[in-house]
Amino acid sequence: MPGKVRSHISQNEALLFEMSSPGKRGYQLPELDVPAVDPVEALGAENTRAEITDFPEVSEVEVIRHFTRLSTWNYGIDLGLFPLGSCTMKYNPRVNEQVARIEGLAWAHPYQPESLSQGAMEIIARLEAALAEITGMDAVTLEPAAGAHGELTGVLLIRALLESRGNPRKKIIIPDSAHGTNPATAAMAGYQVANLKSTAEGLVDVEALAAMVDEEVAGLMVTNPNTLGVFEQEIRKICEILHAKGALVYMDGANMNALVGISRPGDFGIDVMHLNLHKTFSTPHGGGGPGAGAVAVKKHLEPFLPYPRLKRHGESWSWDYDRPLSIGKVRAFYGNFGVLVRALAYILAHGGPGLRKATLDALLNANYVRKGLEDYYDLPYPGPTMHECVFSDARQAKRGVRTMDIAKRLIDYGFHPYTVAFPLIVPGALMIEPTETESKAELDAFIEAMRAIAREVETDPELVRTAPHETRISRVDEVSAARRPVVRWKRASAASKAAD
Amino acid sequence: MLDALGLRSLEELYSHLPEDVLLKRPLNLPDGQSEYEIVEFFRACGERNAAGYASFLGAGVYSHYRPVLCDVIASRGEFLTSYTPYQAEMAQGTLTTIFEFQTMVCQLTGMEVANASMYDGSTAAPEMAMMACRITGRERVLVARSLHPEYRRVLETYARYQGLPVAEFGYDAATGEVDLADLEAKLNDEVAMVMVQSPNFFGVIENTRTAAELAHRKGALFGFVFTEAVSLGLLEPPYHADIVAGELQSFAHPPSYGGPFAGVIATKEKYIRQLPGRLAGETKDVHGNRAFCLTLSTREQHIRREKATSNICTNQALVALMATVFMSLYGKEGLRELAVQNLSKAHYLADGLPLRFKGRFFNEFVVCCNGSQPEAVNAKLLEKKIIGGLPLGRFYPELAGCMLLCATEMSRRPQMDEVKKAIEESHAR
Amino acid sequence: MYPEQFKYTKEHEWVLVEGDTGTIGITHYAQNELGDIVYVDLPKIGAQAEKGKTIGSVESVKAVSDIYSPVSGEVIAVNETLVDKPELLNQDPHGAAWLVKVRLSSPAEINELMDAPAYQNYIGA
Repeated sequence: MPGKVRSHISQNEALLFEMSSPGKRGYQLPELDVPAVDPVEALGAENTRAEITDFPEVSEVEVIRHFTRLSTWNYGIDLGLFPLGSCTMKYNPRVNEQVARIEGLAWAHPYQPESLSQGAMEIIARLEAALAEITGMDAVTLEPAAGAHGELTGVLLIRALLESRGNPRKKIIIPDSAHGTNPATAAMAGYQVANLKSTAEGLVDVEALAAMVDEEVAGLMVTNPNTLGVFEQEIRKICEILHAKGALVYMDGANMNALVGISRPGDFGIDVMHLNLHKTFSTPHGGGGPGAGAVAVKKHLEPFLPYPRLKRHGESWSWDYDRPLSIGKVRAFYGNFGVLVRALAYILAHGGPGLRKATLDALLNANYVRKGLEDYYDLPYPGPTMHECVFSDARQAKRGVRTMDIAKRLIDYGFHPYTVAFPLIVPGALMIEPTETESKAELDAFIEAMRAIAREVETDPELVRTAPHETRISRVDEVSAARRPVVRWKRASAASKAAD
Repeated sequence: MLDALGLRSLEELYSHLPEDVLLKRPLNLPDGQSEYEIVEFFRACGERNAAGYASFLGAGVYSHYRPVLCDVIASRGEFLTSYTPYQAEMAQGTLTTIFEFQTMVCQLTGMEVANASMYDGSTAAPEMAMMACRITGRERVLVARSLHPEYRRVLETYARYQGLPVAEFGYDAATGEVDLADLEAKLNDEVAMVMVQSPNFFGVIENTRTAAELAHRKGALFGFVFTEAVSLGLLEPPYHADIVAGELQSFAHPPSYGGPFAGVIATKEKYIRQLPGRLAGETKDVHGNRAFCLTLSTREQHIRREKATSNICTNQALVALMATVFMSLYGKEGLRELAVQNLSKAHYLADGLPLRFKGRFFNEFVVCCNGSQPEAVNAKLLEKKIIGGLPLGRFYPELAGCMLLCATEMSRRPQMDEVKKAIEESHAR
Repeated sequence: MYPEQFKYTKEHEWVLVEGDTGTIGITHYAQNELGDIVYVDLPKIGAQAEKGKTIGSVESVKAVSDIYSPVSGEVIAVNETLVDKPELLNQDPHGAAWLVKVRLSSPAEINELMDAPAYQNYIGA
């Protein structure tokens, strides 16, 4: 294999349940300093369980080897470029991990007295203020646990405001290029979804939108830059169209990494938006969470934010639960605090100028990749690229190779694939977001890998169609997994496996 | 790189943006700081919090000792900096641990299938209610008032906009268990689910068997909620529940001022297609090797869009990984011993104190502070660097003179004796 | 490929009318477009099917497709074998993998459907 990778030894590993032996354990508790209580006496025989059948019984060394071996079957940003479009996989600074573990923060209980929580409240207050400045909005809630959770919060805010004006209305307009979460969210908030077709350039069709907006429409959910990585040039006019009919504009902030420091949604007419702190603000994805979905709003939506809200008293903070117009709570306590610590650490490290520089580098890297691949892959919407670019497999499909095949072949070259088959308006999409934290050398290696695959499609399409070839497992049978789901280990299935 | 693009400055990269959307001043944020300054800042914040205190707070967030390996493994870049395992060939590590996690949750709860985790317990509970509505075709939910108050508030928010009426039924003033008569009176054949937490918010172990029977008699599902996962090391699993929603913070993450945690939903196999959230499944690769992949994703938002089971698109993989490591280290015997230690400490702490309820309890209980407000007791304890119990008046006006106390394996006898003394003194006055 | 005795919809369902009973399935073209089918969601016996409205769905690994009833009437049988063997829909969509049978309430509806040559023309076969 050229470039970044060569094969190395990868160890096989059984499941914990298969390596267990009776009586083993990996942890010792201190001696009890109080009299031991008999469970059956204290809880009643009917409430006391028998042993947990088949629960693991392994030693500490076995545990660390098990998970370390499994970890080597994974790929992460720490190993290289992770160009998943719309996911903003940037480097996760390790100092952020360390500060989140500082004792007074990590061991703070959400119900401990406010007088002993001032440090945590200060962190939340500072992050809220920084995000308000970055987005140009008036207030921020950090309660939602993830982007989709932030979306739900935002749409409920729209609903609450309209209800307070007498009519929550019926529909939310969503462009066909949107993330699947947008329609799912609108439905969860009790709205019908009206789909808006994109123009030939992949942008919001302003005329079609104007024709759709009436007194039934509660709002528009728009992603800007959109999922093609293109800025909605007429965003101000779009917002005006909605506002003229008393409707609101929600911005999905998944692509905010393209705007920080150069343009603010609050300044171009957005009423409410969410930010994925695990994208733009670099908190680690951790294999799928935890993230945090901050929601930023304009003043008219502020009274409806989830409670409690921070209240300043001179030098100190308190939690204000007296919020009669609030939509309520969307999550217990105050949000994913540990994630908020990391996001604030990122903002402090960059500062205002550093955040802007990161944006420019993200744009530079995306445009550099686009330029490097334009001659090899079809670019269906050639509008100006912001932080990500979307190619299609149109040329390769003629040789029977689809975007998923190219993605799997990219694994052989030592890169995680781009986002496959999204957005839906691009058949066979290859959605690439390099982020600002990649060096020119890493980008060049990626571009070279993608070009090599394009050449392979011409000379040996079968090689690409059957990729990956260099991984410890080859393409997995997702069809059997879905037809007859096996979602847990069972002893019986282990026995039948031994017989295979 | 600018040369390659034929550009003279970075600013040209966004010169196509309309003039009137541009920010024409620097962001009003301080300049960047060094790593050392950042560590100093957060250390100072930590010191303004309650560092160095012994705490007897529980109420859905528990202080348990975390074996060092939980963080050692969760800090490996291959887990920490990876994405949702959509590309199975490059994510077998995450997928295998999720599969192990799902299995252990099933073993603990007595359910047949479990998802890959949810945001937390407070959002898992409403997701469970919506699931029950999809299964039964009904639209009413009955919730025990002894369920965590913040969970009930979150459920209200989720339910209100889906036209899903939520009603509450009470608790028995003497035992602290659910008031079965009240439940029976409020049950009818429009109810999709009866939801009960055990041990409940007061720490009392519920008679969920009878509550489940009542629910099933009216064709409703029974939803079981747990907030203290350690209790499952000793307590009979909720076999009679149709769906279980819980919080695994106890196994995974320090209290962290309320998050990030990891919720989970487990259920019977026949309801698997109504289960929200991600699922890892076992399969084979083209050469017949064992492999894992995300499965049944047609339930999810990116395919079904507005018809999805939920808009949720993340689990809390890293927190679930910490829980998986924790469960592996303690194992079958260790988890039971851990639970026995919690039980023993809590019963030592409770011994001789005026308990508000007669019901059996695990590691939390409600104590009366007659003659003095719980806040006053707590103020005295703070002088000794002890954070006392949670005053309950804020959530239950009728329990204004009471506090909820929690003891875990981390509670030490000298501090427990101080707490006992402070409460006893409040009665002596 | 496309049986002469069937009638077809634009959404790629077929119906075979025998007496007052209509047997409904999805076409070879539909199963081929969907790819490997992993799950079939069918209505309950006794449900009322309405022409043009969904009566269930079929799923591949990465897509869900609604099934629209070509005719109206009461569902009198559903093909339970598909629950355990959804792959039958890929193997024999015009035969063993029928989906439901309905008792037609307005038999004249079938006149609005395509015959085999028209359908083949429609899908460009």
